[in-house]
Amino acid sequence: MKILVAVKRVIDYNVQIRVKEDGSGVHTDNVKMSTNPPDDNAVEESVKLKESGKVKEVVAISIGEDKAQETIRKALAVGADKGIHVKADNYIEPLGIAKILKKIVEKEKPDMVFLGKQAIDDDCNQTGQMLAAMLNWPQATFTSKVNLKEKSVDIVREIDEGLETIEVNLPAVVSCDLRLNEPRFASLPNIMKAKKKPMEQINAKDLGIDLTNRIQQIKVEEPPKRKAGIKVANVAELVSKLKNEAKVL
Amino acid sequence: MSVLLIAEHDNSKLKPFTLNAITAASKIDGDVHVLVAGANCENVAKEVASVPLVKKVLWCDSPNYQNYLPENLAPLVTKTAEKYDHVVASANTFGKNFMPRVAAALDISQVSDIIKVSSPDTFIRPIYAGNAFATVKSNDKKKCVTIRPTSFDPAEKTGGSAQVDKIEAVDVPNISKFIKREETKSERPELGTARIVVSGGRGLESGENFKLITDIADKLNAAVGASRAAVDAGYISNDHQVGQTGKVVVPDLYIAVGISGAIQHLAGMKESKIIVAINKDGEAPIFSVADYGLEADLFKALPEFLAELNKLNTIQK
Repeated sequence: MKILVAVKRVIDYNVQIRVKEDGSGVHTDNVKMSTNPPDDNAVEESVKLKESGKVKEVVAISIGEDKAQETIRKALAVGADKGIHVKADNYIEPLGIAKILKKIVEKEKPDMVFLGKQAIDDDCNQTGQMLAAMLNWPQATFTSKVNLKEKSVDIVREIDEGLETIEVNLPAVVSCDLRLNEPRFASLPNIMKAKKKPMEQINAKDLGIDLTNRIQQIKVEEPPKRKAGIKVANVAELVSKLKNEAKVL
Repeated sequence: MSVLLIAEHDNSKLKPFTLNAITAASKIDGDVHVLVAGANCENVAKEVASVPLVKKVLWCDSPNYQNYLPENLAPLVTKTAEKYDHVVASANTFGKNFMPRVAAALDISQVSDIIKVSSPDTFIRPIYAGNAFATVKSNDKKKCVTIRPTSFDPAEKTGGSAQVDKIEAVDVPNISKFIKREETKSERPELGTARIVVSGGRGLESGENFKLITDIADKLNAAVGASRAAVDAGYISNDHQVGQTGKVVVPDLYIAVGISGAIQHLAGMKESKIIVAINKDGEAPIFSVADYGLEADLFKALPEFLAELNKLNTIQK
């Protein structure tokens, strides 16, 4: 079996983002970038399935500017076999990303596509489901457990009420949650080895897809700031304030 | 034209967040129609019909919709959407699961997780885990929108009498199967919807010490949260994690204990109505978002806090 795993380069989750003064977006210059956290889980699960012998090949893909290759190299360093970089210099909405992934799926013919449940920059939570719909494949979102069988995969997924178990036929799209596994770190020798692994480059423009964004970003602003609170002297004062002033007890 | 809202339910009762979504839908257009798809869910259709803001109920009954498998539900929603300008659902694990499939089938760029309706085509949505708000305008003719339920008040439940139209089920692809659902059995309320959340951080120093947190949570009928640092240190399982990579919570009262207030944590709780911080480090960033800050050693403060709470007799259950 073969897995295509999609990774996205985003602002590191520990960085305090800064909104641009002109409202056009957030500052990304000289900001630490990393792999979108649940995409790390997607890579880890793909590599584990390869190590178990059930999967033969793991192909990592990222769509974005040239630096997206760093994100692909990271996936290669923890065990993916081959990289595909789809070069695109502008922001592409999940709908467009799903269309690009569909093209790549048709070419690579994987049995499963793994990706993170959501990207922590635009917080859309759409790409996996859209890709599945475009391919007429089943989907498993918010996945926290994977049991791969011959023609299907059993999935435990995290829902608001608790956990749900489903069985989806292969091929399928699996979007991964943080509880799925513990992503490993790449060792230095593996980072060196990853540099020699193949990386295919494709230009998004050459795929023959209309990638015009349909959603116009009018402005980006900081959320309203909380007004400064007060310090209380002791527990009794705290409880009294909560009861009589805030009226939440 | 009208708005089509997809109801979330368990085939016998409507899920409360649907009422919040109805309020949001009514701000897009007053003509709100609600699709109730399920198995033997007539009672739900009747329940929705009594919501005054709802103008029409479309009821579709088939065993194929019993467990809301997105592969089955999306084709029905896609077909029903033909006659509507907007398709909306809650931005929870129900709406997030099927709506992008509908959007893709209709070739629409979905607007996710809106917190405000500015006009029928313009919405405000949080990005970067709520660290920025984006105002976006959808240029698609038809729009697929998911709604953050906690940003809208629930609609009035009774007093209406909307017409209920039964509609036909559509073919399903038979590519997925529901096996089981295990609802978290906890005496405590769910983290995402609790009125009060008590969270602990690395300051707790061990998993055993989290009992100081759970004792207070039990007294307040609150959910238990944790910072990523506490989860990474193994004090508590990560389904309790509040923050950018965990859950985003908006309770009436959020009590952060021994949590310094890393950006990633603040992103998950700073929209809470009232925030309390208990921390021995007076310079901790958590105090910058707290309405009430108590600079104290938590190992002394928490037992005192519990004792004070025990004196109160007004705690809402």
